[in-house]
Amino acid sequence: MKNFIFERAELDNLVETLKRRGFKVIGPTVRDSAIIYDELTDANDLPIGWTDEQTNGTYRLKRRDDAAVFAWTVGPQSWKKFLFPPIQKIFATHRSTKGLDFPNSKKQAPQESPPIKYAFFGVRSCELNAIAIQDKVFLGGPFIDPLYQRKRTGVFIVAINCNQAGGTCFCASMNTGPKATTGFDLALTEILSDKHHYFVVEAGTELGEDILKNVKCTKATEENLATIKNITEQTVTQMSRSLDTANLKNILYQSSEHPRWERTASLCLTCTNCTMVCPTCFCATVEDVTDLAGKQADRIRKWDSCFTLDFSYIHGGSVRTSTKARYRQWMTHKLASWVDQFGTFGCVGCGRCITWCPVGIDITEEARAIRENQP
Amino acid sequence: MSKKNTTAVKVLTQKKARKPKLAVWKFSSCDGCQLSLLDCEDELLAIAEHVDIANFPEASRMVTKGPYDISLVEGSITTPHDAERIHQVRRQSKVLITIGACATAGGIQALRNFKDVKQFIVAVYANPKFIETLNKSTPIADHVFVDFELRGCPISKHQLVEVINAYLNGRKPNTPSYAVCVECKRRGITCGLVAHGPICLGPVTQAGCDALCPSYHRGCFGCFGPKETPNTAALSTYWKTLGVKDDDLVRLFRGFNAYAEAFRKESEAHEK
Ligand code: SF4
Ligand code: SF4
Ligand code: SF4
Ligand code: SF4
Repeated sequence: MKNFIFERAELDNLVETLKRRGFKVIGPTVRDSAIIYDELTDANDLPIGWTDEQTNGTYRLKRRDDAAVFAWTVGPQSWKKFLFPPIQKIFATHRSTKGLDFPNSKKQAPQESPPIKYAFFGVRSCELNAIAIQDKVFLGGPFIDPLYQRKRTGVFIVAINCNQAGGTCFCASMNTGPKATTGFDLALTEILSDKHHYFVVEAGTELGEDILKNVKCTKATEENLATIKNITEQTVTQMSRSLDTANLKNILYQSSEHPRWERTASLCLTCTNCTMVCPTCFCATVEDVTDLAGKQADRIRKWDSCFTLDFSYIHGGSVRTSTKARYRQWMTHKLASWVDQFGTFGCVGCGRCITWCPVGIDITEEARAIRENQP
Repeated sequence: MSKKNTTAVKVLTQKKARKPKLAVWKFSSCDGCQLSLLDCEDELLAIAEHVDIANFPEASRMVTKGPYDISLVEGSITTPHDAERIHQVRRQSKVLITIGACATAGGIQALRNFKDVKQFIVAVYANPKFIETLNKSTPIADHVFVDFELRGCPISKHQLVEVINAYLNGRKPNTPSYAVCVECKRRGITCGLVAHGPICLGPVTQAGCDALCPSYHRGCFGCFGPKETPNTAALSTYWKTLGVKDDDLVRLFRGFNAYAEAFRKESEAHEK
């Protein structure tokens, strides 16, 4: 393991270096009462001195009395916004005398602009795990999603180890955090004491190490590493929510008629917010649009959700008309059938679905209620 | 290419013999939805290339006689005369599309449906005896068969063009009935209900506006009416736990779509 330390001021340099190397640097920034992800001009765009308070159905951005950069947790957006954009054109076609022309087909591919080289700055451990899950979904099977692949290839990842848990986090239960273990080029831990504000950085790849050459670093000491360990342990202790995953898959499979589903259905708005904010949810629908003359058609892919009626629409109607069926589908997929499908849970414990549900339905509470009331 | 496909392409590429005739009708309304059609500046010329705008008094005095291929109907039914006239419109129209909250739900004027209309007349008009009006303002679909509804107060011009476009190309229009929240999240808007809250009708309102109000940091007013399977009761119950009063809930659900079933029931539930 290669660990170094650098002073807070050098963080600006790290962002600069990535930009100089041709990366479009995406990171957290304060906008519209939340911390969201967007392109960073420089390190001053980061949420310096901000934090968030989160609980079921509530998020509040708050000022801190120090200048911590990463002392907050995940907001409404996730990196899937960049790797799997909410609205994306899949192909365009136009009518010719011979039929339909597909200008994007292999035969006559136009000069495609080179893909954007992203650097994701400040990716949390739960989010690294979410990206790994979407990698499996889009790139792991026999059919590769070319749109995802194009965006994902060559993304430089700067992870940030959490030094405080958010009000809805439960990554410790899902074994996905709060410390980043794999899937990054660099992983930072922010340490802020009365006198000293600095970062411990672990290089996960050669490229990561190479980038660090432009940042004034010194070797990390045993003491620095012990501090990180403490921080991680503290963060775990802070986590107020948990989800017991033991035998969870089987419990859910056996509970399709559990009375809890009805109760949750009476509260759920089928508004789709939980799926839209979830960093692992990957469902999409396609819409075909034409020009008025019918000469040109585009196929557009848009984020979809198992909470809509259209989602389960087949000839003759929707399969999941009741809210009960839709909520059950969502949670059972996340915590049971996902395991059969992809060999992992579809949940990384980021807590977004709890915070951003307008009525504060909590997946950990739902799973607990079902587990504790088995016939 | 198979023989079957060749024929299909031929049919599709055939020049249409005649442009479909479009008519726009007005009932009790503010004209805002019709203006959305005029507001389609860029698209309007293209539309005029493909459809014959045969009867649209708001735009031109020239009127071509029916029957019409597409009728866009704005406004609700509030007078005995209108209740007659809508049948004439239906008889002359192959496809009848209602546009806007008035035509699809009775509009803001349906607030009268919750009270005794005679009292309003007496209070408002100097000579009430000249006023001939119905007790209720009702949507077009209560009177004649409607082929398609476009929601909104006013409608979205994008959806209007989409429906005409879909008609011209014989395809299904992309006008989903899920919640405004879907569009809100796709646009990356931070949810105001959660982040500063709590009022936003997005979770029970049909999409179509592309989350216009939330994009300006305002809660959704519900102007596109109830979405598919709207759980209005759950939203009210939750808001009551946060201190929202019954009076406010009545006002919230009693807007442009007050008489749409789900919103009507919800406002009535808090009226006691
Ligand atoms: S879930 Fe864990 S890794 Fe994710 S933000 Fe919370 S503490 Fe950090
Ligand atoms: S299900 Fe909820 S907690 Fe789990 S990853 Fe998705 S948004 Fe995060
Ligand atoms: S669980 Fe919450 S966020 Fe998800 S659909 Fe239901 S009400 Fe919406
Ligand atoms: S702001 Fe309103 S429309 Fe947007 S996600 Fe929140 S509740 Fe839904």
